[in-house]
Amino acid sequence: MNEPRTSAEPFLWLLFSAGGVVTALVVPVLLFLFGIAFPLGWLDPPSYVEIHALLHNPLTRLVVVGLCGLALMHAAHRLRHTVRDGLQLQRHGDGIAITCYGAAALGTAFAAYVVLTRL
Amino acid sequence: MTGLEQRLYRQRVPLFWWLSRRSYFAFVVRELTSLSVVWFVVYLLWLVWAVGTGRAAYQSFLDRSGQPWMVAINVVALAFAIYHTVTWFAVTPQAMVLKVRRRRVPGQAIAGALYLAWFVVSALLFWFVVIR
Repeated sequence: MNEPRTSAEPFLWLLFSAGGVVTALVVPVLLFLFGIAFPLGWLDPPSYVEIHALLHNPLTRLVVVGLCGLALMHAAHRLRHTVRDGLQLQRHGDGIAITCYGAAALGTAFAAYVVLTRL
Repeated sequence: MTGLEQRLYRQRVPLFWWLSRRSYFAFVVRELTSLSVVWFVVYLLWLVWAVGTGRAAYQSFLDRSGQPWMVAINVVALAFAIYHTVTWFAVTPQAMVLKVRRRRVPGQAIAGALYLAWFVVSALLFWFVVIR
């Protein structure tokens, strides 16, 4: 086999593991608050003025885009391997990889668009 | 087997190989927690979009998020997210070798630090969003 001397794998793995750590730390509390505690009335959701101010902060914007990007690259890496190995599609490995990482890149661009132009 | 046969031989694996053992199943569930991560990104961007659109859009986001099927999705997503966190913290000490004064930091210490970080980050976000 003639493997290319430079490979994207270490870089992709780095994004995967960075996304793994960040999502492990951040996702449960945010899903709990915005998905369960506020909707069920256990806690009062932030008022419009409060959440608007929080999301408008440049640091928050940066965090939201970074979080979305790393989370999507993490998910893309896992889904790529699960789809390929789980469904026995090793023959289509390159196509699956391009689809997964490509979708994650598009999603990240969309997140940047939303945060920079819609807020 | 010789020659060509040897090169072309592929052991056939059934499509649902991961149902044959508990540990394989746990592995696939762990990998599929990434779907809940994707859902989280969708939900977060939906929130940001609504807040950017205006007061009424934010209110309708809050109303929609209170519908039973949305709460159900988020309960399932939260369960998968917690499973991701726990399994991630379990494998990190195996993937990461930390040394202090030439001695390897025990895995339990790394896992403990991760759980502490989980608590601190959760408390901070809770403070930002709920207490303010």
